[in-house]
Amino acid sequence: MPHKKPAPNPNEEGGPAQGRRDFLKQSSLLAAIAAMPPLLVKAADAQLDEKAAAYFEKLPLSVEVNGVTHRLSIEPRTTLLDLLREQLALTGTKKGCDHGQCGACTVHVDGQRVLSCLSLAVMQEGKKVTTIEGLANGENLHPMQEAFIKHDGFQCGYCTPGQIMSGIACIREGHAGSDDEIREYMSGNICRCGAYPNIVKAIADVKKGGQRI
Amino acid sequence: MDQHHFFDAPERDPIDRVDGRAKVTGGATYSAEYKIQNTAYGFLVGSTVAKGRIKAIDTKSAERAPGVLAVITHLNAPKIPGYQTGKDPSKPQTGGQPLRVFYNDEIFYYDQPIALVIADTYERVLHAAKLVKAQFEKAAHQTDMEANLAKAKIPTGPRFEDYKRGELDAYKNAPVKLEQQYNHPVEVHNPMELGSIIARWEGADKVTVYTKTQGVGSTQNSIRDAFGLKAENVTVHAEHIGGAFGMALRTWPYEIAAIMGAQKIGRPLKLMLHREQMFTNVGYRPETVQKIGLGATADGKLTAITHEATANTSPYEEFTEATVNISRFLYACSNVTTRYRLVPLNVCTPIWMRGPGEATGCFALESAMDELAFALNLDPIEFRIRNHADTDPERNLPWSSKFLKECYELGSDRIGWKDRKLQPRARQEGDWLVGYGMGTGSFGAFRGSATVKAILQRDNKLVLQCSVNDMGPGTATMMTTIASEQMGMPPKQIAVQMGSTGLPPGPTQGGSMVTSTVGAAVHDVCAALKEQLAALASKEGSPFHTANVHEVKVDDLVFSETGLSLKRDGSVKISYADLLQRNSLPALELTKESRGQNQPYSSYSYSVHFVKLRVHPPTGRIKIDHIVSCADAGTIVSPKTAESQMIGGAVGGVGMALMEAVVMDHRFGRPINNNLADYHVPVNADIPKVDVLFVNKKDPYTNPMGSKGLGEIAIIGVAPAVANAVFNATGKRIRSLPITPDKVMEA
Ligand code: FES
Ligand code: FES
Repeated sequence: MPHKKPAPNPNEEGGPAQGRRDFLKQSSLLAAIAAMPPLLVKAADAQLDEKAAAYFEKLPLSVEVNGVTHRLSIEPRTTLLDLLREQLALTGTKKGCDHGQCGACTVHVDGQRVLSCLSLAVMQEGKKVTTIEGLANGENLHPMQEAFIKHDGFQCGYCTPGQIMSGIACIREGHAGSDDEIREYMSGNICRCGAYPNIVKAIADVKKGGQRI
Repeated sequence: MDQHHFFDAPERDPIDRVDGRAKVTGGATYSAEYKIQNTAYGFLVGSTVAKGRIKAIDTKSAERAPGVLAVITHLNAPKIPGYQTGKDPSKPQTGGQPLRVFYNDEIFYYDQPIALVIADTYERVLHAAKLVKAQFEKAAHQTDMEANLAKAKIPTGPRFEDYKRGELDAYKNAPVKLEQQYNHPVEVHNPMELGSIIARWEGADKVTVYTKTQGVGSTQNSIRDAFGLKAENVTVHAEHIGGAFGMALRTWPYEIAAIMGAQKIGRPLKLMLHREQMFTNVGYRPETVQKIGLGATADGKLTAITHEATANTSPYEEFTEATVNISRFLYACSNVTTRYRLVPLNVCTPIWMRGPGEATGCFALESAMDELAFALNLDPIEFRIRNHADTDPERNLPWSSKFLKECYELGSDRIGWKDRKLQPRARQEGDWLVGYGMGTGSFGAFRGSATVKAILQRDNKLVLQCSVNDMGPGTATMMTTIASEQMGMPPKQIAVQMGSTGLPPGPTQGGSMVTSTVGAAVHDVCAALKEQLAALASKEGSPFHTANVHEVKVDDLVFSETGLSLKRDGSVKISYADLLQRNSLPALELTKESRGQNQPYSSYSYSVHFVKLRVHPPTGRIKIDHIVSCADAGTIVSPKTAESQMIGGAVGGVGMALMEAVVMDHRFGRPINNNLADYHVPVNADIPKVDVLFVNKKDPYTNPMGSKGLGEIAIIGVAPAVANAVFNATGKRIRSLPITPDKVMEA
């Protein structure tokens, strides 16, 4: 996928991926949306009949995931991560903390890395989401996937989808200039198996290869 | 090729991880990811007090919330047969009664499950769980280890009695002596995959679970016992495990709760713990307070070791590990005393965490060795070599193999040990002080029993089946490598099926014994397969059966990717397909059980870890520049995955040394850093270049490959190497892990 626009400096945003500050922005936006159906607010406020409220709970969402457009009706509190894993059966994106602390849930939204656990699904209206399942071109793996295999950039594999999505973004953002820079800009993705040195090798290798990613 | 020596081949092409493709494409399925129709979602509500009783629990508003299917508490929980008969719902560690979830109103620890809420969607169950309200009758809890040391007692059973070789506490009278205390806090495994399970009842007495476990067989037994089922009616799947490091070595209450819940609603149930619950409900590395006493002669001969450790356990079980045992055999020393004690606290039961007790024990012993070497004005490696144990001093047996001295040599070369000064604070680079440190590790090289089935198909595919699974080290890759070497087949023709109770029984992943155990079984089943092929090739009508030769032996044959041929005349050959067809066999199937024998040898793996680091005195910051980890683990079967395993251990050791600690608020008996932002684990920027060096010499006795275990020694000895390097850099000896900047600054 071509690089659309330069990503903001992660240090300014509080982390290499979409951080807490963005989440707060989203939350206030969400509050605005939620305020629209007055019935819902009333029901919630009065803690009245939750079952009646449930009927009005869903919002329409149109989102492109790995090139496929989905028209969905979802609860506004559903995160992008849970939408992918629990409703779209795309379990390649992992849940490691649900709090934006581990990077396992990293996906690309319009080409940029985003923590899907901190992103509400309804906020993705009209956006293009790419997950680990959407990287390979048929049988041909993405160069970053190849590099992770070649350098054994994993053990258990649970952090791996997030590492790969982040690793691609790290290069696109122009933050893979040296091993140290890669280490810094990949530090939002925890690997408890400790595959870090090989992850750095894989990313440096792809960067060196110079392919468009 | 002589099959007994194939691993001595000098340079072998390391194969890529065979499940690599699945893992980089999102195709590897972990326990919460099986697509099961009609699955409901469960969430556990935990106690807000650390000890006491549930006075009242109000589940009405939760039950009325949208989508809620059931709320289970101790008041309405189905009777679990295992609870009534006193059979253990999940195996006890040493002694005591495992926690019986929803059994009664008693609370032993903070966040102990008090309710299971079940709803039709994940969002709904989370919301409903917040509506459960409980009132507690609080009792005085104890979570502070230091404050409870007086209650320390010897665990039940002969294995934990005090150990004495030679004279008791002989260090007290030694010419040169050292006596110090070393502390280590609670560490949490925190694998990236959360504890998760999907449970589905297939009938009144039959259940299938997809769960995070290091051993499908042991989980099957636990569920069988708890629910009073026949073992064959309990199916456990766990092919891919998103890390565990010991956390999934037993069946936890959340798993029992989920199975209970699925039964209650008559629908499959998925339960995924939250990260906070990973800190409170699925074990951890216990806190230890250790004392080391060392005695030596002025010329650096160890005369005495005393090693005492006190660790915490839960109020209801005695969890034990081999914290002090390493002091009995690591060095030649005639007077050794060890003592091991437990203190019960209001927390859940610990569980072995990578390297387990040996890793914490080794931090104390190897720190003390460094301190004593310094007191003797000796290079720490020289001090260790002077006290090298040429035979096992604990059991009076020869070693099956030991290349520890080679590790010292290889590693010190690579790290540049010759640049290290004996005196601390001798190297400065700008504002930074540079230091070098090392630590030795060792762990028993065990082998258990495993059964592997091999199926050679007409399409030249070899399928290997075993119930063993893989939490990350690369079990399937190891199995493939061995079969590939044995059969002369490229890895891509070999498929491994694993991680399910329907397959031939393999061991639990733990104790660094999977390669030795399962690898040997793969070796043996391949050897038997070749025997069978030779027998088929000897039959009349086969091209190998001539007027003069009626029988060909394995040694007369060359096995390759498509078939077999005669060693001395390659033109005499047959494809597997033809051979099978000629014998009317759709495939050739063989199952072999293989187990280790008692040997008159002591078998241990060894590691030596070297660390070069910088300390910034004004801020207390520590930056590791280089880690070199050397291992004597016998033959290295799968070089690529073995190297990753060693790197992973080094990273875990850095966490243990520099950052990992659960901080308890003792007023409430609960952890205050129960998340991955506040509980620090190493991230990419914390980890420098890690060089892994293997001695790669065959052990003649452990197994046919000559391998020894790797998983534990990868971490054992790393933490003291870091602490010793901090001393070499700064002259400050920090005896309490983790070595955080505040300690560096105030030391
Ligand atoms: S699951 Fe999103 S950052 Fe951990
Ligand atoms: S590979 Fe296991 S957490 Fe990274």
